[in-house]
Amino acid sequence: MLGKLRRLNQGVSKMALEESERLPSSERRRFLRSGLFTAGGAMVGGALAGIAPRALAATQYPPEIPSWTRTLGSGVVTDPYGVPSPFEKEVIRRNVPWLTADKISSISFTPLQHLKGIITPNGLFFERHHAGRPEIDPQQHRLMIHGLVERPIILSMEDLQRFPSVSQINFIECPANGGMEWRGAQLNSLQFLHGMVSCAEWTGVRLSTLLQEAGIKPEGKWLLAEGADGAAMTRSIPLEKALDDVIVAYAQNGEALRREQGYPIRLVVPGWEGNTHVKWLRRLEVGDKPWMQREETSKYTDLMPDGTAHGFTWVMEAKSVITSPCPEMPLTGNGIHQIEGLAWSGRGKVKAVDVSVDGGQNWQQAQLREPVMSKSLTRFSLEWKWDGTPALLQSRVIDETGYVQPTLTQLIEARGTNSIYHKNSIQTWQVNADGSVVNVQLS
Amino acid sequence: MFSFHKTPRLIASTCCGVLLASIPLVGAAEQTGRYGYGEPATDEQIAAWDIDIRPDGMGLPEGSGTVDEGMAIFETQCSSCHGSFGEGMGRYPKLAGGEGSLTEDRPEKTVGSFWPYASTLWDYIHRAMPFFAPQSLTDDQVYALTAYVLNLNYIVDGDFVANKETLPKVVMPNHDNFTWDDPRPVVNNDRCMKDCKEEATVSDSAAGKNLTPSTTGPLDEGITQ
Ligand code: HEC
Repeated sequence: MLGKLRRLNQGVSKMALEESERLPSSERRRFLRSGLFTAGGAMVGGALAGIAPRALAATQYPPEIPSWTRTLGSGVVTDPYGVPSPFEKEVIRRNVPWLTADKISSISFTPLQHLKGIITPNGLFFERHHAGRPEIDPQQHRLMIHGLVERPIILSMEDLQRFPSVSQINFIECPANGGMEWRGAQLNSLQFLHGMVSCAEWTGVRLSTLLQEAGIKPEGKWLLAEGADGAAMTRSIPLEKALDDVIVAYAQNGEALRREQGYPIRLVVPGWEGNTHVKWLRRLEVGDKPWMQREETSKYTDLMPDGTAHGFTWVMEAKSVITSPCPEMPLTGNGIHQIEGLAWSGRGKVKAVDVSVDGGQNWQQAQLREPVMSKSLTRFSLEWKWDGTPALLQSRVIDETGYVQPTLTQLIEARGTNSIYHKNSIQTWQVNADGSVVNVQLS
Repeated sequence: MFSFHKTPRLIASTCCGVLLASIPLVGAAEQTGRYGYGEPATDEQIAAWDIDIRPDGMGLPEGSGTVDEGMAIFETQCSSCHGSFGEGMGRYPKLAGGEGSLTEDRPEKTVGSFWPYASTLWDYIHRAMPFFAPQSLTDDQVYALTAYVLNLNYIVDGDFVANKETLPKVVMPNHDNFTWDDPRPVVNNDRCMKDCKEEATVSDSAAGKNLTPSTTGPLDEGITQ
């Protein structure tokens, strides 16, 4: 028994023991006993100390004193890189297995239903890879800038970080977000319907700074950005945009980019199709014409009902969605609820968001939560007293250009059902009498 | 007292000296637009990484390939995913067929039915295929595969030889059906607030469709809803 106790004792942290040296002896005995309790766990320690009944209480809330109040927690650097509480284990990116042939060229979705504010935690940012996530050694990685420039250059990652840096908060949305729903309501989940949008603070170098370093020749009109992954993903971007607000980012929410987001560097092209934000960036070429790459011809072009297709539809038009309630977050009873959601526009700031609880017959203006920033996610909320009867919830964003988010019917009238991309229509959530929430479409 | 006053002044002048010295440096970068970081890219380095091909043929290397040569390579390196005739296995993309389907309910967008430029085919096969071994093909092999996939789509004859002269001249059947000016916004919704429409009726619901993977519990391949 004593041996066992000693072993248990070793579990008491060194710091706690040192702390106890400074206590009067009676206090010290008590302190050590509580330490023993931590180390041994409730059963052994509790039984020894004769406090088992309390530790076994079914609940931890008043009038009980929670077990975590009467014990010591784990020490610093238990997790040298912090991880979420195990109680948050459901808050993860998820994929739709039937959507793609494999997980190498595939998509995962951000759990928007669980997120607060406007910043997407780095581990939950949605993923879209065309040839899997490469493992890139930043020491070996280089960015080449060439083409119609005075001075073709190769930059190391250290070189890049010497340039003046900028930070900006921008959303990134895959233009195929919601693209499964053109022909009807299929998926019953906020995560899978809208989770190909995320938002982060990006830090890096303005592309204009880098292009100035190389010196654009007068004939230069276009830029080709290329990734270093197995897909060597490429997109043509007009220089006008490249010199406007595009950055070569090396950090995301204060730390190095995640590998899924292009470590060590990616392009951030604010407000434009996610696909243009080339990850694992290795090459920038200046040219006088677009390159008509696979990702801007075969893909990321919008097929119209007459069989023609629109290419270079770069801007992500304004969109909003109610994140609470939603299929994953049903209403928990009658009474006052905060309807909450996210709104964004690739053309600038969100000006207003309206909410309807009757399927779009009547609308009320919601409150926008600060900060409201250009080409960033924006939170809105509206207080709603639910009387327990079925309802049809919708949100509608108006951006600073005056553009009003369309209904699905309007969008289909203009674009048909074959365009796959850019489905930014109003989402309808049907609230049932039991509080459950279902994805529906209205005629 | 005296020294107490003198010390801060000394510090101040040192600090301004540093500032003054650094101002012209920052100004220099701003004026010339150059920081001088990195190293010049050599022609050899550029040639090795510059792999993009443009519709006008810019970027196409020396070399050539025939339809027959392409067929043999396609059978061993591509058909397991795309099918021997480009018909697509499982959810892997179709590379041929679909002509006339673009206005149908289920359009089939393939190289033949949809792609506007032949150069894109050379470029993409070379940079990204075969899927499991990108950038492993020789230039001749890429020419041959390009010729074969074009032939599968009846765009070139069986005796077509692909090279940097012939490829830019290939006109794709769907070339004229693309517009490259974004027409949006194409939808003009009103910001109506009151009595905007008659009663809303639900036309479709995701409930009971059994397509949604679980959003709780561990990641799994199953559809539980
Ligand atoms: C292991 C399966 C696999 C093999 C083998 C393979 N591919 Fe692919 N191919 C794919 C996948 C997956 C994609 C789509 C990739 C994406 O979108 O990210 C694709 C896309 C393509 C496309 C573009 C299709 C479109 O409509 O945009 C072409 C062309 C192509 N492959 C040609 C080839 C050729 C030629 C070979 C042989 C050298 C080959 N592939 C071998 C899996 C494969």
